[in-house]
Amino acid sequence: MVSDPELPEALATIRDDFLALEQHERLQLLLEFSQELPELPTQYADHPDLLERVEECQSPVFIFVDVDSEGDGGGIVHLHATAPKEAPTTRGFASILVQGLAGLTVQQVLDVPDDYPLTLGLTEAVSPLRIRGMSALLGRTKRQVREKTAA
Amino acid sequence: MTVEIDASPEFTSYAHPERLVSTDWLAEHLGEDGLVVVESDEDVLLYETGHIDGAVKVDWHTDLNDPLVRDYLDGAGFAKLLSRKGISRDSTVVIYGDKNNWWAAYALWVFSLFGHDDVRLLDGGRAKWEAEGRAYTTETSKPAPTDYPVVERDDHVLRAFKDDVLAHLGNPLVDVRSPEEYSGERTTAPAYPEEGTLRAGHIPSAQSVPWAKAVADNGTFKPLDQLNAIYRDGAGLKDGDQIVAYCRIGERSSHTWFVLTHLLGFKNVRNYDGSWTEWGSAVRVPIVKGAEPGAVPAK
Repeated sequence: MVSDPELPEALATIRDDFLALEQHERLQLLLEFSQELPELPTQYADHPDLLERVEECQSPVFIFVDVDSEGDGGGIVHLHATAPKEAPTTRGFASILVQGLAGLTVQQVLDVPDDYPLTLGLTEAVSPLRIRGMSALLGRTKRQVREKTAA
Repeated sequence: MTVEIDASPEFTSYAHPERLVSTDWLAEHLGEDGLVVVESDEDVLLYETGHIDGAVKVDWHTDLNDPLVRDYLDGAGFAKLLSRKGISRDSTVVIYGDKNNWWAAYALWVFSLFGHDDVRLLDGGRAKWEAEGRAYTTETSKPAPTDYPVVERDDHVLRAFKDDVLAHLGNPLVDVRSPEEYSGERTTAPAYPEEGTLRAGHIPSAQSVPWAKAVADNGTFKPLDQLNAIYRDGAGLKDGDQIVAYCRIGERSSHTWFVLTHLLGFKNVRNYDGSWTEWGSAVRVPIVKGAEPGAVPAK
């Protein structure tokens, strides 16, 4: 396993889980993630205008970030995402980030390496072009976190 | 042809009705000897969420593209892939997929580069099959391997490269991207990852006909008269024309290639798969910005 003391535990676990599998099983795990993407909280489901579309993803995916009140290292980040059931890959990418970033502080989210999506061992099973969609999701999440915490 | 063609009246006016099958036809012929159903989607996981019983998956990135060079797989690779998928050289292959068969058409075009004779599209694709409440299975098909022969790809007839397009200038070009990509409004916005194209706009003289114009609301191809209105009356294409279609990486233009070749019967249509991701980054190739096609530059 790749050792990286900086990477938050949940993200590291997800990465290690993927890397422990054969290529075709990695797709299956991504499918499981896609099925675990939580429904949007009602306040966002009723307000599509609050969601931001991530254009780089081949299929439409919308995200919204909110940040709890300040604590050590900044408030806690909550990522919400939605994508249609016809886009399971995109849903899987979003679900990985929703689960991997859960409970992290602003600083921890901003410190997640931008190349995290490339470390999951999915480039062969999914293709590098598609992985870019996940990199874009991570980039958008960080940007919203920055915007929402700018004094 | 191994399996009988679909004689549905809605296909008979097309130049090559044998290239389409209806959902009814497919439901009736599923499991028949000589028929292999292939699903090809934009989303690499969609097949796993449920697919037509017995269908095999062919993914455009991971199966049809060479992982190293920007090219398609070679004859040996294609033979290996099709053998694994249970396809013989004389199999009737019916391809369907998501997004109005966008990727299915791309797969069909690649199969055609290898001269696979009988390859058809399911009119309406996944969306129509689903809308009609037809069954899916999540069981991955495990076809008996075949011995598909090694046939080298022929890139001369159906495929255009950048130099071919330069030489082609003055003949009809169809840009099938969105109007914003055509006019050059869409470049990469701040904080977006760079997609890899350095210039925006279109190839001089190209007519803008977004690919999905060929598709009706229910995902099936529009009838012949409407297609004629779009491509002949609208884009000015005439019988006997040499035509090149392009988009961003050659996927959407495969769909238009299918329409022009198999539905409208144009004989010399090539797909420029390098498309905008190549042209928009190439040095010193002419580019026009804005909504007008623009003139072909003097050579």
